[in-house]
Amino acid sequence: MRTSVGERLLDLAVSGVLWGFRILLVAAVLLGTIATIRAGKYTSEQWIDFVVFGISQGSIYALIALGYTMVYGILRMINFAHGDIFMTGAFGAYFLATWLNGIGFIDNHPILGLLIPILFAMIMAGGIAMLVERIAYRPLRGAPRLVPLISAIGASFFLEYAFRGFFGPGVYAYPPIKALEGEWNVLGVGILKVQVVVAVAAFIMMAILYFIVMFTKAGKAMRAVSESKDTAALMGIDVNRIIVSTFALGAAMAGAAGVLYSLIYRQVGFFMGFTPGIKAFTAAVLGGIGNIPGAMVGGLVLGVFESVGPSLFLEGLGIPRPYQLKDAIAFTMLVMILLFRPSGILGERITTKKA
Amino acid sequence: MLKLDNVHTFYGNIHALKGITLSIEKGEIVTLIGGNGAGKTTTLRTISGLLKPREGSVTLEGEDLIKYKAHEVVYKGVSMVPEGRGVFARLSVMENLEMGAYSLKSKQELDKNIERVFTLFPRLKERRTQVAGTLSGGEQQMLATGRALMANPRILLMDEPSMGLAPVLVELIFETIQQINKVGVTVLLVEQNALMALAIADRGYVLQTGEIVLTDTAENLKKNPMVQKAYLGVE
Ligand SMILES: Nc1ncnc2c1ncn2[C@@H]1O[C@H](COP(=O)(O)OP(=O)(O)OP(=O)(O)O)[C@@H](O)[C@H]1O
Ligand SMILES: [Mg+2]
Repeated sequence: MRTSVGERLLDLAVSGVLWGFRILLVAAVLLGTIATIRAGKYTSEQWIDFVVFGISQGSIYALIALGYTMVYGILRMINFAHGDIFMTGAFGAYFLATWLNGIGFIDNHPILGLLIPILFAMIMAGGIAMLVERIAYRPLRGAPRLVPLISAIGASFFLEYAFRGFFGPGVYAYPPIKALEGEWNVLGVGILKVQVVVAVAAFIMMAILYFIVMFTKAGKAMRAVSESKDTAALMGIDVNRIIVSTFALGAAMAGAAGVLYSLIYRQVGFFMGFTPGIKAFTAAVLGGIGNIPGAMVGGLVLGVFESVGPSLFLEGLGIPRPYQLKDAIAFTMLVMILLFRPSGILGERITTKKA
Repeated sequence: MLKLDNVHTFYGNIHALKGITLSIEKGEIVTLIGGNGAGKTTTLRTISGLLKPREGSVTLEGEDLIKYKAHEVVYKGVSMVPEGRGVFARLSVMENLEMGAYSLKSKQELDKNIERVFTLFPRLKERRTQVAGTLSGGEQQMLATGRALMANPRILLMDEPSMGLAPVLVELIFETIQQINKVGVTVLLVEQNALMALAIADRGYVLQTGEIVLTDTAENLKKNPMVQKAYLGVE
């Protein structure tokens, strides 16, 4: 209890600045929103478009975020190669889909033409993630926490440049699925089919994952291992096997997300995992890292904010090119959440009661 | 049944077990008593495979246990109730019990064992859907014990089950240990509460700074002046 007056003043000043920052940000968002709405530049149809786009984009973030959050939950480690795992899935699907398209399969069977590449991407991403875990992470288990983090960054570069080496620096166009072109008319509002399909597919995947984690024996074992590896081993659980399964499951979700992403943006390239990867990481932190429902919520919140934000509050503030600041919104949110609520939106829901 | 012979276990350079030799016969309750840091937990973790000894042997009915990984030792019939109970705080009571039965193959056996645990600890049945982290200390000890029984162990290792519990609960837990033992489970009970442990044990070992300094029947240990002085608080 011997803090000097100077120290206390400094503390006060820091928290004052932080509060000022918070108030400024909220004020900016509010003022911008009011100004935009007053200007009335956008029709309500356009707003719906923004939100729908945000949901489909956000559901992709959410799918990727699950892998970050599950691996963190079980190993307390950020798998920075996860965005590149997403890329490998997209690449695998691209080659398969291109071939299927060549033989006319996608035009004749659009649903299978969508599902088969997704399944292939999941298997491919899952397989690569298992290799990465075995080679780059498992030997470092028990090392100080910074070490696997560095190894993860190495794995990330390795995957990116291996794919660049094989397939070049250019981007490939994911084959079009004709059945997904155009719009559906929902209550008089036109909504792009591809965005609906992407969001629905992502939600189905998330539901499957949630079911696995909550209700299957392997899923319960994953949760047990994430609480204590030693105690889990005392139950007869092969901890290494559960860890690998966790990597594979998270990677399968990222692989599927890679295909969904390619459906929207139609571009596949060696560097495509970088931005969605850090966005999804942001989403995982936003929802509370280690928390599975949190990753889903975080992804959706991030997607919608990013999509609506530029026109809703940035434009109202008179910022000339609000869309260029889309990514700034995501990372401002990351910084804000780390500063003010490090446990994330959903946070720790259950604490360990030491009795 | 279970034999440790000249077991040396290290934590890095720290020599925690300095040649432990002990044996437990089928159907016995054997207690291992000793003060803080004597090496009781280390002994149990060495038996269950969480730690590997640098020297010596651990055998169960003649079979070497050291060559198995911790999760494989469970399949050999060794279950452990860890120190501080170690329930999975975010899992429900039911899920904790299911994890205890992870090594079982059949669903019928799982259901049968759950019923058995619920008869042993009716309180757990009332709390089956509750998250284990919100149970009281006594309930957590019941859960940790029940969970260890789910695997149909031949030998049960218990690390200080009385720790932090009210006397009534300690009695309940110890009665349960006797019940479990009566139906054929061999028990190795680690305790600082020597009075309670010697009351239900057949034999005991006294551990001091990584070495067994004394072993005898529980009756004789209770009368032993050194044990009385050091562990029973008798002057
Ligand atoms: N993880 C560890 N790293 C280093 N030393 C350890 C570790 N765990 C235990 N030790 C040391 O090994 C010795 C034996 O510890 P152990 O936990 O087996 O004692 P114990 O008899 O169970 O004590 P208690 O009654 O307090 O639980 C102690 O000196 C302890 O400091
Ligand atoms: Mg101990």
